[in-house]
This record gives sequence, structure tokens and C-alpha cells, in this order.
Amino acid sequence: MNDITAVAPRQNRFSWRALSPWLISAAVLLILPFVLESGTAFTLMNVIAVNIVFALSYNMLLGQGGMLSFGHAVFFGLGSYAAMHAMNAIDEASYAGEGFWSHIPVVSMPLVGMIAGGLVALIIGWPFCRRAGTAFAMITLGLGEMVAAAGQMFPSVFGGEAGIYGNRMVGPQWFGLELAQATDVYWFMAFWTFLAVFAMWAFTRTPLGRMSNAVRDNPDRLQFIGYPPRNIRFMIFIASGSFGGLAGGMAAVNYEIITPEALGLIPSGLALLMAAVGGLGVFYGPIVGAIVVSLMNSMLSDYTDASILYVGLVFLAIVMFAPRGLGGGIEQFRVALREGSLGKRLPGWLIGAAAVVLISLGLVLFIELLFQWRHGDDEFAHFFGLDFAAGSLMSWIWALVMFAGGVAVMRFSKKFREDNA
Amino acid sequence: MLEIVIFSTLNGILYGLLLFMLSSGLTLIFSMMGVLNFAHASFYMLGAYFAYTMGMEVGFWPALLLAPILVGGLGAMVEKFGLRRVHENGHVAELLFTFGLAYVIDELVQLIWGTVAVAYREPDYMREPLFTLFGTDYSIFRGVVILIAVFMFIALWFLLKKTRVGMMIRAALTHGNMVGHLGHNVPRLFMGVFGFGCALAGLAGVIGGPLLATEPGMAVTLGPIVFVVVVVGGMGSLIGAFYASLLIGLIQTFFVAIDASIADILNAFGMNVDPYGEVTGITLASLAPMTPFILLVLILIFRPRGLMGELEP
Repeated sequence: MNDITAVAPRQNRFSWRALSPWLISAAVLLILPFVLESGTAFTLMNVIAVNIVFALSYNMLLGQGGMLSFGHAVFFGLGSYAAMHAMNAIDEASYAGEGFWSHIPVVSMPLVGMIAGGLVALIIGWPFCRRAGTAFAMITLGLGEMVAAAGQMFPSVFGGEAGIYGNRMVGPQWFGLELAQATDVYWFMAFWTFLAVFAMWAFTRTPLGRMSNAVRDNPDRLQFIGYPPRNIRFMIFIASGSFGGLAGGMAAVNYEIITPEALGLIPSGLALLMAAVGGLGVFYGPIVGAIVVSLMNSMLSDYTDASILYVGLVFLAIVMFAPRGLGGGIEQFRVALREGSLGKRLPGWLIGAAAVVLISLGLVLFIELLFQWRHGDDEFAHFFGLDFAAGSLMSWIWALVMFAGGVAVMRFSKKFREDNA
Repeated sequence: MLEIVIFSTLNGILYGLLLFMLSSGLTLIFSMMGVLNFAHASFYMLGAYFAYTMGMEVGFWPALLLAPILVGGLGAMVEKFGLRRVHENGHVAELLFTFGLAYVIDELVQLIWGTVAVAYREPDYMREPLFTLFGTDYSIFRGVVILIAVFMFIALWFLLKKTRVGMMIRAALTHGNMVGHLGHNVPRLFMGVFGFGCALAGLAGVIGGPLLATEPGMAVTLGPIVFVVVVVGGMGSLIGAFYASLLIGLIQTFFVAIDASIADILNAFGMNVDPYGEVTGITLASLAPMTPFILLVLILIFRPRGLMGELEP
């Protein structure tokens, strides 16, 4: 994220090229419900939608503003709580048939979350934004822990351990969305995700969005030319908090329950994880990260009991070996394609990928064997359809051979890969 | 009342010393390498689990020595093969790395030792009372822990102030480049300090395991508090970390021990508030987990360089 990409010249003219990603993603969002069939797929899509907005809002801070936060879930959670209380207010008002809330549809709940998140950031943000870096990371960590602890303390607002729940099928219906099924919720999610992603992209094109990159790269210089970095950080903080709250509002409608755990370090870490896996330096990076991490979280648990460990290892590997994340990789590929150097660079990349696959196979087998050895109910660790006995030495040797083979390929192809990079 | 004061003070000091064992290593690592090691408390947890597993084979005392060495070695490996690689990508990348590492260690511990607490306890003879005051026992183990902690501080002080390596470390804290220019192997020094800090955390785990609880959540509960200690004490100040550890240890212990709510205190000052209200009915004991973070936020807002620190983080 430290590399400064050249600022693209402002394009005022209409161009299909700039518009195409939006048209394609809109088309994908429209077509998906006709391709997907099972209800679980829709449920998964809805989770991904929430995570996309959450990760992108986080990246406004870290990727674009250079502020590492460990408390972003505060905005997500408080936005979610606000939306949930609003939903319950709608429930009561529409039951009584009068009052302000009886005219508000549930589909507008993300806006409530957004306002709540923005307000919270506005109220608490100013003292936090004096410094970026470690001080900011620590103070947001303290904030997150504090709010999470407070969440347990005020049961009438946060509902204590059990949290509070609501009902999304209340109040006036808009666009005929009953929000009863996951398929209904999908349209709601698709609409808000598209809108939020577009708004956050548009934010990067505003002067403030540009300024946020400047405050990341060189705050002293910014101060020198007359823009106090603290003001800019504060404004980014508010914007990011608003969109975090918007994601929270979406989550409130999706899950219909919210517990104080949603305010704590674990969801904050998830935002960081998704953004970093996807890549902090590219706008669409966190989208990729949110999709990959959500898929891993929900699908891996069907196959292995160590799914969280794998997510952590992927994160660690990306931080160590591919600091620009998956999005950075996609960008590299696109640049190569445009320059026509793909033919020259592809063999090196493929060899590197093969080495990574070998290393990860070795690691996965090792972890599965370890798990089998410690908790095993049956004798074998299941590994891509093959059974390995944790008791026999051969299984462990296989794991070691694959791992060492990967490292060897990595080592010996180093020169070739660097020459053709 | 006197009983509560004396025992809370003793327990607070004990807890504070444990915190200092963790935060001293973290402070050294931070001021030297600029890395706020998120996985520091995970090494503490590893110390407890290693000592538990080894203790079953070789007994408590050898494990007290071996487990920290093992944890320190592991820490040195992490620095050499992980952190050093990430270093060139800047401080945020380093923080992310240690964050991911904490995540992975926590999961690995659950994978190997299970998700529930293990029965790691001090030897039976140490559970005997050292002295009895007002009918409450103070176990030998607690006394031994205080002794170990004090012994460790003397050793740390001796190492930093009286040996050649200590001189290099102190020089590298403030003038890292110059130490390198004078021909010392700074990367090796970094590795050593990182390993040493992790070993201290491991030692804290060995004695903290029986004292608190040896369970997979122990890193997550103590980790943020150790950060608070380092920030409150002042980044890079060992003596500041010492005072902050004792401060937080005492505050938390006293908050838990005092059985009063906010309303009780306000009413004692002549105010008339509802003792069962949502806010006023909160007991100090339930506020205790929050106190370090309130302190952290206040310190970062009003005195960002901490109690004794010279540099802002």
C-alpha cells in the first residue's frame, strides 16, 4: 500500500471502458438469482453482500487513508443496533397504525444504520484522528474493547448476552419486497450493495477521496500546503463509519438478530482480514477479499474442523508473500495482458503457483493429520478423497515431502521467475 | 475492610507483576524494532501450554525453565523467517503479520490442546498456605510467583545495565542505525531481543497458567491489556511499563473486590440517585474489565506519550 500509483487523469468524457465494470456487475447481480437455486446459496450471497460493504468501508480507512483500525466493528455493530431498534419501532408503529415509523419501510434500514454509524464517528472521532499509525491502531483497539464491554452492561439497549432481535416483515412494503425468503432479501441486498459500492467508489474520486490518499502517503506535506491532516482523517473516519453502519443495517435485516459480540475485536479483525486478503491498494480488492473469506468461512467448515486456521494461514501467507493481496495479483495480470508481456511472464507465475499449491497441500495434510491425531474419531484423516492414517509414519512423510517439494520448486525457480517478472 | 485492602493489594501486585513480565518484553521489542507485537500474548499462552505438557513429563520446576526457552526459540524463528521478511513492507504490514500470527497460534492451540481449559496446576505442596491472615490463606505458590517475578526483574536489570549485550540493546533502542554502523549485527540483535521478549512472555505463561486459567481464550483476554500497559507506561519505557502494570493490576483487583455500585458511591457523597437504575446500578466489579481501556483512551487523548515515555507512538 506504500506504492503510490499514478493518479489517473480526470476523465470527463463518457467512456464505455470506465462504465463496463459497473454494467457487468449489475448484470451479474441481476442474473445470479436465476442461476442459483438453493436457499442456502441465497443465504450465502446475502452474507457476502454484507461483508463486501463492511470490508470496503474498512478499506476507506486502511487502504485509502492509511489508518489501521482495530475497532471498525463498533460502527458496524452500532449501526446494526440502530437499525434493529428502528425495525422494532416500525413493528410497533405499524401495529398501532400511526406514528412516524409506520411510514418507514424496512428496506430503508441501511440508511438508519448509516446515519447511526456516521453520528458515532462524528461524536467520538475527533480525539482519535490526531495521529495515524500505531497510536490510532491502539486507540481504536481500546474503543472496540470498551464498546464491546459496554454492550454487555446496558441490557435495555444491547439486550445483554442474548442480544436483540427483530422482524423484517413489518411496515410498508416497497417494490413488492415481502422480505420473507432469502430470495427476497437478495434483491434488497443486491440493491444496497451496488449502491454502497458505487458511492464508495465515487468517494475515491472526490477531492476528499484524493486527499485521503495524500494523508496516507505524506501527512507532513499536506500540513505544509495548508490542509490539516487531522481534519482530513476525521472526515474519512466519519465517511468510513457511515458505510460501516450501512453494512450493519444490512446485517440487521439479514440476520434479524444482533448480539454485543458484533461490536468486538473478532468482527473488527474480520474486516481487516477481508480487506488485507483482497488487497488494500486496489479499489475492488476488499470485494474480492470479502467474497473469498466468506466462501472459505462457510464452505471449508463442511470439510474440515480447522477451517478458521486455514483462513488465518491464507491471511498470513498473503501478508508475507503477496502484500498487495489478491486484487494486486489481478491488477498485475491485467497490466501484463495490456502490455502484451503475458506470454513472457506466465510460465514464471505458473511455476510459482505450482510451488504454492505443493506447499499448501503439504501444510493442509499436516494440519489434518495433527487434528486427526489429537481428536480423531476414526483412524484416517480425509484428504481430497484419500485417507491417511495419522498413526503411520508414511502419512507424515507425505506431508513433509509435499511441503519440501514446494519449497524446493520455489528456491530453484527463483532466478527464472525473477528474470521473467 | 482491612482484610479486603491487604489481600487486594497483594493480589493486585501479583497481577501487576505478571502484566509487567509480559509488557517488559513487548516494550523492548516495540522500542527497538517499532513492531507492536500483536502475538505477544499468544506466546504467553504457548508458555502455559508447553509447561502443562512438559510438566506432566519432567515436573513443574524443569518446565519452568524449559518452556520459556522453547517459546523464546520459537519467537526467534518467527522473527527470522517471518517478521524480517515483512519488515520491508512497513510497519502496517508488520502489525498485520503479528495479528495473523496471533490468529493462527490461537487456532493451533485449540487444535492441539482442545477448546476447553486444561488442568494445569501448581504442584500440591505449593497449594499449602504461606501465611493466614484474617482467616484467609495466602498460598505458597503466590509467594513463589512474586519471588520469581522479582528475581526476573533483577536479572533483566542486570542484563540491560551491566552487560555488553545490554549496552548494545540500550544503544539500539535509540540509535539503531548507529549501532549497525559500528559493526554490530543488528538483525541478530533484533532476533535475540524478539526471542528474549517471547521467552519472558512464556515465563509469564508458565506461572500465569495455574494462577489464572490455561485455556485458549487466555491470549485474547490478556493481550489487549498488555497493549494498554505499554501505551500507558509510555512506548519504550521499561520503568513506565512497570508503573503502569502495577497501576492496572491494582485498579482491576480493587474494582473487583469492592462490592459497590456507582449509585452507592454517589449516594455516599450525599447525592440521591436510584441504586437500581440502568447506569447507576452498575457495580464497580462489572466495570473492572473496562478500566484498562478507559485508561488507554484517556491517556492517548490527554498524554499521548504515556506516563514515562519520551516519544509519541
